[in-house]
Amino acid sequence: MNSHAFHPRRRLFFRTLAAAGAVLVAGCDKLSRTEWFPKLLSNTEILTRKAQRAILPRKSMAQEFPESERSPEFRSNGTAMPENPQYKALASSGFAAYGLEVGGLVEKPVIFSLEELRALPSRTQITRHDCVEGWSAIGKWKGVPLMAVLEAVRPSAAARYVVFHCADPMESDGSSPYYESIDMDDAYHPQTILAYELNDKALPIANGAPIRLRVERQLGYKHAKYVMRIELVDSFEKIAGGKGGYWEDQGYEWYAGI
Amino acid sequence: MALRIAIGSNQEKFMDQSSDAGRTAANYLYYRHTLPVRVMHWINVIALTILLMSGLNIFSAHPALYWGKSSYTGRPPILEIESATDASDKVTGITRIFGHEFITTGVLGASNGPNGNLVGRAFPSWLTIPDGRWLAMARQWHLFFAWIFVINGLCYVAYSIVSRHLARDLAPTGTELRSIRESVVDHLHFRHHSGEASKRYNVLQKLTYLIVIFVLLPLVILMGLAMSPGFDTLWPGWVDIFGGRQSARTIHFIVAWLLVAFVLIHVFEVLITGLWNNLRSMITGRYRVEAEVSK
Ligand code: HEM
Repeated sequence: MNSHAFHPRRRLFFRTLAAAGAVLVAGCDKLSRTEWFPKLLSNTEILTRKAQRAILPRKSMAQEFPESERSPEFRSNGTAMPENPQYKALASSGFAAYGLEVGGLVEKPVIFSLEELRALPSRTQITRHDCVEGWSAIGKWKGVPLMAVLEAVRPSAAARYVVFHCADPMESDGSSPYYESIDMDDAYHPQTILAYELNDKALPIANGAPIRLRVERQLGYKHAKYVMRIELVDSFEKIAGGKGGYWEDQGYEWYAGI
Repeated sequence: MALRIAIGSNQEKFMDQSSDAGRTAANYLYYRHTLPVRVMHWINVIALTILLMSGLNIFSAHPALYWGKSSYTGRPPILEIESATDASDKVTGITRIFGHEFITTGVLGASNGPNGNLVGRAFPSWLTIPDGRWLAMARQWHLFFAWIFVINGLCYVAYSIVSRHLARDLAPTGTELRSIRESVVDHLHFRHHSGEASKRYNVLQKLTYLIVIFVLLPLVILMGLAMSPGFDTLWPGWVDIFGGRQSARTIHFIVAWLLVAFVLIHVFEVLITGLWNNLRSMITGRYRVEAEVSK
């Protein structure tokens, strides 16, 4: 039977096949560096978001865990100490002078001190943090539901996204401050909180003091640390790279539900 | 229809009662695979190849696997791939499985990068898409082809049920199930059906395909979804059925390699049972039935 395998036409076929395989593998790297191909691939994100939003109830809840399942130490990833003189000055006085500015497309912009945030209703949740890299950690968070903050500032009807401007510069020259954004569905989700405590202690600097966002239905990079200012917008196209977040500008998905 | 009267070797004889009678004396081409099966098979091959290679790139972003709900359970990882650089800048690849350490320089932990020098990375660049460390792009590839793979798979299952391909060609008959033992012996001796019997899948082949189609592939999809913090909210805690999110990630990885093992055996069988004939049947649909080998 195998004598047939050396038929010239077949040899040509197998050579073509081998060449096609080699081109495919080398081609994947070339394709990754083109303009159009990653754009084509990124359509998946829309499909995934629509599919998840269609399947999941609007207020579907992330799993909450018992105390016993908390990770002994909550891993700090990315920035552990923002290289930002203003932030360091705030931190050295225990964030006494910190004020969270909430503005943009709102009827009544407010600057909240830490005390004021603590005085609002709070929510405590033990949830799992899933990093885009693949690891998970379980931590206990206490904070003010973003919903309560939004009710105080009254977003205008045009507001579609909530943008979080952070203190940590992502470039060594102090530029590219971290930022993130979520839509109104996630903003009004009961588990979306501005956390000021981790594992029953004031939020450590390594984990985003004084305020970090928790958006439990999405991956870790959405959970912005060192939140300094919250802005409601109708589009984030004009902010930084225009993709709605620091990592999004580096090619990660804006919808990080998977 | 061929009635089997002797089982267990390539000396099988068949009493042919159909209009095909007499044809068994000579080789002829038989229409084996319908167009939808052929198209969907090759789409699946491309999608799974890209899923594996981009998946290995994603894995390299955090090359450790755990059992449990989180990565910080107090227990060490099940598998860990690391690279260590000594004082003289020499890179060593280290793989730790259940705490047993292996030096795997060249393959795991440290391998030749795109420009030929030894660099620290979990899987070698020739096995990953893209070749270098690029998590964002690897995820784009992986999730795009995951959709193609899932849609293709659903179409395949729907087609196989509706066209009765599943019932006719893939489901083993009772007689076949009772002959598993003989089939195992046949396979171990590399004996293959010829003549009319070669027109159908043998019982081990059927069972293997069924396990791949209805167990391994759905499991790898489900474990992929289990890693999604969005999908996990469908019914909070459902991932714990599989031991938690980190266990799901471990199962996803293991099943991916089980599929690689299947493909190796699958391609081996394709090779030894007539590479060209098999490939033609999966490309044009036509399979040459060899004249009965009788002694
Ligand atoms: C280079 C890789 C591959 C080659 C050359 C190949 C080749 C073939 C051939 C020739 C057949 C027909 C077998 C026959 O008629 O007896 C077949 C069937 C099949 N292959 Fe593959 N295959 C490859 C990869 C895969 C992969 C990755 C999968 C899935 C994990 C797969 C799953 C199947 C299944 C389920 C069938 C039965 C299809 C049906 O009857 O509906 N194959 N393959």
